[in-house]
Amino acid sequence: MKQSYYIFNNGELKRKDNTLEFYLEDGGRKTIPIEQVRDLYFFGQINVNSALMNFLASCHIAVHWFNYYGYYSGTFYPREYLVSGKLLVKQVEHYINPEKRIVLAKAFVDGASANIYRNLRYYKNRGKDLSNIIDEIDYYRNQINVSDNVESLMGIEGNIRKVYYTSWNEIINQDVEFEKRVKRPPDNMINTLISFLNSMLYTKTLSEIYNTQLNPTISYLHEPGTGRFSLSLDISEIFKPLIVDRLIFSLLNKNQINEDSFYKETELLQLKESAIKTIVAELDIRLKQTIEHRELKRSVSYLRLIRLEVYKLIKHLLEEKVYEPFKIWW
Amino acid sequence: MVKVTGVMMEYYFVCKKKLWYFANQIQMENENENVLIGRMIDENSYIQEKRNILIDGTINIDFIKKYKQIHEVKKSKSIEEAAIWQVKYYLYYLKRLGIEEVTGIIDYPLLRKNLVVKLEENDEEKIEKIIRDIVEIVTNPSPPSVNRMKICKNCAYYELCFV
Repeated sequence: MKQSYYIFNNGELKRKDNTLEFYLEDGGRKTIPIEQVRDLYFFGQINVNSALMNFLASCHIAVHWFNYYGYYSGTFYPREYLVSGKLLVKQVEHYINPEKRIVLAKAFVDGASANIYRNLRYYKNRGKDLSNIIDEIDYYRNQINVSDNVESLMGIEGNIRKVYYTSWNEIINQDVEFEKRVKRPPDNMINTLISFLNSMLYTKTLSEIYNTQLNPTISYLHEPGTGRFSLSLDISEIFKPLIVDRLIFSLLNKNQINEDSFYKETELLQLKESAIKTIVAELDIRLKQTIEHRELKRSVSYLRLIRLEVYKLIKHLLEEKVYEPFKIWW
Repeated sequence: MVKVTGVMMEYYFVCKKKLWYFANQIQMENENENVLIGRMIDENSYIQEKRNILIDGTINIDFIKKYKQIHEVKKSKSIEEAAIWQVKYYLYYLKRLGIEEVTGIIDYPLLRKNLVVKLEENDEEKIEKIIRDIVEIVTNPSPPSVNRMKICKNCAYYELCFV
């Protein structure tokens, strides 16, 4: 089974014959078997050379880089190895044609908001007072279908998220004083957690896209190619409620993350390294969790659900089966 | 112009949908265990022979031995009919190029067995009909639909196919 490797230590990662060797700063050494690597996450200060990068490229392994504070820096996205000219043409066609584009853009918002709705229902059933918020979300969800352009869809999604966030003080048992989403830089615990986990989900999705024929720069809800692999943003949107939001609720409600997990530097809050380790470990556990897939009739991990989403998109573009976004069904 | 490869001939007998995906460059990453085993067998068997000979940019013969002996290496006999037609197609293709009297052999290194394949009467007509069929299938804008078969559960395309 392939898996993500997260490197927090400082040191040097090298190609050693046909595998990987990590030389820790303090003199230790670790071998990483290349066949088991899905992708690499660099959090520490890691020296690499071109022999290593060439080797990783030939093994089709992406590297996601984060700085010391857990801010996402970028991805080493190796040369594409699964390429289909025919599918690329289709992908572009569905972007250029506004009628085709809106179908997919709507599907992403529909999927994302259905999953938000599920989260709220779950906490309502556990006795949280969320009826008004659920009604408001319902109101916005009804606008998705009548919307006829991508800008208004983005607006609807923004409104849904805004209303949804007002419920977080109720859902989270710690005193978090979360009012609204602030990025660059995130100004409180929740915003810092959302920023970090969203970027983690973005990289997980990007690695899944890399292992298919889809081109990550052509997207439908988000505008393509503004310095980001925007298809990854489209697809992650659907999985944020299931993976990111639920993980935040659980980390805070189990007190695995609290005020002590952050540094306060002027206006912004930064995650401590120990907190990043906790979050990454919990995220990995969650992504490995499996559910019984109704159509496939086999058990599928949360991470694999992302890959399946990419496959469904491929089938839509090939006009084999209309894309239906993933919605939590349990 | 569709170039009908040996793998396409094989997939025609295994699964028409797999044939369509493959011919339209929707190939799977190699995480599937059976795909990995197949590659290991390919890389570690008959290494002393002249291997992977691409002819005419179309058919790729696993290896050629002695005098006019072409070999195809397989992991198991589970889809033997498909392998037989793959080799028959090679024999047919070579004949079109004026290379006759060739012997086709399927090797099963794990089973320590092999099988001789010949072009029988009517095979050429049948192959020509299959080629027309393949071209028709793969030039279709969308893949054909298929029923779930017993072999599906081990196929690298399973999730793409049924999701």
